[in-house]
Amino acid sequence: MATAATMRRCEITGLSVDRSAERLIMLNAVTAVVYLTIGGVLALLIALTRWQAVHLLAPQRFYEFVSTHGMVMLIFWILFFEVAGLIFASTVLLSTRMVIPWLSWIAYLMMLGGSVIATVLMLSGQATVMFTSYPPLRAETPWYYAAVLVFAVGAILAVVHFFVNIVAARLRGDVGSLPLFTFALMGAAIIALWSLLSGALALFPVFLWALGVIPEVDPGIYRLLYWGLGHGAQQVNLAAMVGVWYGLASLTTGARPLNEGLSRIAIVLYVLFINMGAMHHLLVDPGLGTWVKNVNASYFMYAAVMGSLIHAFSIPASMELALRERGYRRGLFEWLRRAPWGEPGFAALVVSMILFGLLGGISGVIIGGPQVNMISHNTLLVPAHFHMTVVAGTTLAFMGIAYYLVPLIFQRQLLFRRLAQWQPYVYGLGMLIFGIGMGLAGHWGVPRRHWDITFSTAPVLGVNLQELRPEIAVFLAMMGIGGIIAVIGGAMFVAVAVATVFVGQRTARPAVGRIVPEAFSPYPAIAGGSGEPAAAAAHRTFEVPGTLVISVVFLILFIFLYGFSWFELSRVPWKIG
Amino acid sequence: MASRVSALAKPRGVWWEGLGRDERLWVWLTVIWGIAMFLMIAFVWPLIGEEQNRLHAYRVDPATFASQAEAFIQQYQIGQRDGVPVVAPPPGGDVYLDARAFAWQPVIQLKRGETYRFLISSRDVQHGFSLVMPPHSINVQVLPGYVTVLELTPEKTGEFPLICNEYCGLGHHLMIGRIIVTE
Ligand code: HEM
Ligand SMILES: [Cu+2]
Ligand SMILES: [Cu+2]
Repeated sequence: MATAATMRRCEITGLSVDRSAERLIMLNAVTAVVYLTIGGVLALLIALTRWQAVHLLAPQRFYEFVSTHGMVMLIFWILFFEVAGLIFASTVLLSTRMVIPWLSWIAYLMMLGGSVIATVLMLSGQATVMFTSYPPLRAETPWYYAAVLVFAVGAILAVVHFFVNIVAARLRGDVGSLPLFTFALMGAAIIALWSLLSGALALFPVFLWALGVIPEVDPGIYRLLYWGLGHGAQQVNLAAMVGVWYGLASLTTGARPLNEGLSRIAIVLYVLFINMGAMHHLLVDPGLGTWVKNVNASYFMYAAVMGSLIHAFSIPASMELALRERGYRRGLFEWLRRAPWGEPGFAALVVSMILFGLLGGISGVIIGGPQVNMISHNTLLVPAHFHMTVVAGTTLAFMGIAYYLVPLIFQRQLLFRRLAQWQPYVYGLGMLIFGIGMGLAGHWGVPRRHWDITFSTAPVLGVNLQELRPEIAVFLAMMGIGGIIAVIGGAMFVAVAVATVFVGQRTARPAVGRIVPEAFSPYPAIAGGSGEPAAAAAHRTFEVPGTLVISVVFLILFIFLYGFSWFELSRVPWKIG
Repeated sequence: MASRVSALAKPRGVWWEGLGRDERLWVWLTVIWGIAMFLMIAFVWPLIGEEQNRLHAYRVDPATFASQAEAFIQQYQIGQRDGVPVVAPPPGGDVYLDARAFAWQPVIQLKRGETYRFLISSRDVQHGFSLVMPPHSINVQVLPGYVTVLELTPEKTGEFPLICNEYCGLGHHLMIGRIIVTE
């Protein structure tokens, strides 16, 4: 292998690291954390505004900040981090070279330039159109749309480079089958490619329209194309998060996926079916027929849901297996009690899986049905759902893996380990309270993206929704208080990451906690695993009884909540349709 | 049986193998559950439910819709509330609901138990029809250039605030209307 001075060998994992890949991973990751910090400050301010008793910001500021928070978090924080992940998975993890460093530089600079301009325009009130930018609401300046387009093209280039790296590694013979982590990110990258294209197709005409070149854009068609991006991007996050989950499981417990093929098929299910679910954002739009909605939003989506249910089983199952092999065999759950709860990566993994699955996933399936959607569309239940998926799920998983990749890539000693140990729990607790409050408020009919549900300044017909049902005030308070706790949890992460990167002691062998370094080695040399056909005997009984019990309990809860949502729909005091 | 490999490592050799007993059980459960949810949405609820997503839609020129809505108000107006016209359309008839930044027009008075066909559209930007009856709400999207057609049957008397739940500009939180249901 061509290991020139451009490569270094990691003393902990044994992987060969391309220096230029390493530099770009650092840049993208640092940029991501900067956006996370900006988004977090805005999160606090808007959460304290929606907490009606505090009602912090003035209306215009609130709408500016909601627009910016959504864009900076959902698009910039997540995508910069994912690009870092894509580079990592396609070079470092394969011990292979980055093929065209300048392409990644161009991608990075375009993403940086586009995102900085868009952020500045949104913060300065020149693009208060929410990240969805629905026409014919128009940003003050057309350059906002241009900036987002430049960002999107940059992201497309980064994704293309990922494929180039993998194909080149393949041709050089550096890799046969991809590691599951890389495979999941490849699924994410495939979805990202067509999502970003769909988004560019939606936004480009809007840019021309804002410039005055074309007279109008069709709002219905924009929504269809836009959600090709908006929904697809969430599946990118999903696939990337699942990859990180598997990675964290292997790293912190030495887990090896129960059935490699099944886990990969579940990722392929995402790629094949998830984008067909894109129309669940349009379930109460004019223009789509009943059967398009039924088939698209339910049947195809459920094929993707099945993918998630498979991962939800496979990941705990592989951890159970690994911990049982280490000797924690007693009863159903000794392995769970003995799991490394004090290891930040494991804590992040578990909290992320629980909140994503129980709250995010189930709520998504429920409000994604065409009928129940009528009682949840654009209420606070929608942001409650996606804060459980992309925040409590994806963001927390990304934070978890950062606790290992930051020291290893930056070659610094991790600082504030205690803070890191507590961080996932604090963040998760905050998100739990926040999400439940927000979700209940939404179910009670409180709209999203709304400055004042007391309508105190409405010139005519004002009604105070909190007076209709006083419990709404409690839900909004939960949202505010949970938001504060979650922002503290987010700040703990930023503190650890920033301190480590800038003042952590330089070292070639950073201490990375109780991880299993063999997790990176291609041979099954992990704790107790000797490589020979080990578990053949176990197949006579269930191999992972604990996980089966947990999974079945989860499914029962799912069925119950699903049934309850229909009951709630039936209680709407008006007949519809 | 092939040996298992860490998710962070390159698998060597053949890693494909059949499903074990645990996985098979779980996969079957998820397949059954997916089919059950599909049947619920596509066949069961359409048979038994009273709340159906049977939206229709047609395209319209926003100016045409605005003049139709004006004519509707002229024809059935019975009074005013806060300066907003109140209309009482005939039971079983069409109801034009006109959205603009930042108002819903007109205030609508309905009879309990009668079915009305709502024709909803916008003169300017996108809005969100959200009829609030905590702990529930009925929500549909409203686009300029499209009419969202929705059949509604009020089964409870009272006053229901109609709010906007699609961000439509800096006065989004001022946009409120009313539907009144009488015996
Ligand atoms: C401490 C954590 C966070 C808190 C307290 C928080 C709070 C909020 C609040 C209060 C809203 C406004 C809801 C509304 O009025 O409609 C909001 C919107 C949103 N948040 Fe967060 N958030 C947090 C983290 C995140 C993260 C990490 C992401 C993305 C990865 C994110 C993505 C979004 C998006 C996409 C919106 C929707 C904006 C829109 O409606 O246009 N949030 N968040
Ligand atoms: Cu509106
Ligand atoms: Cu509005």
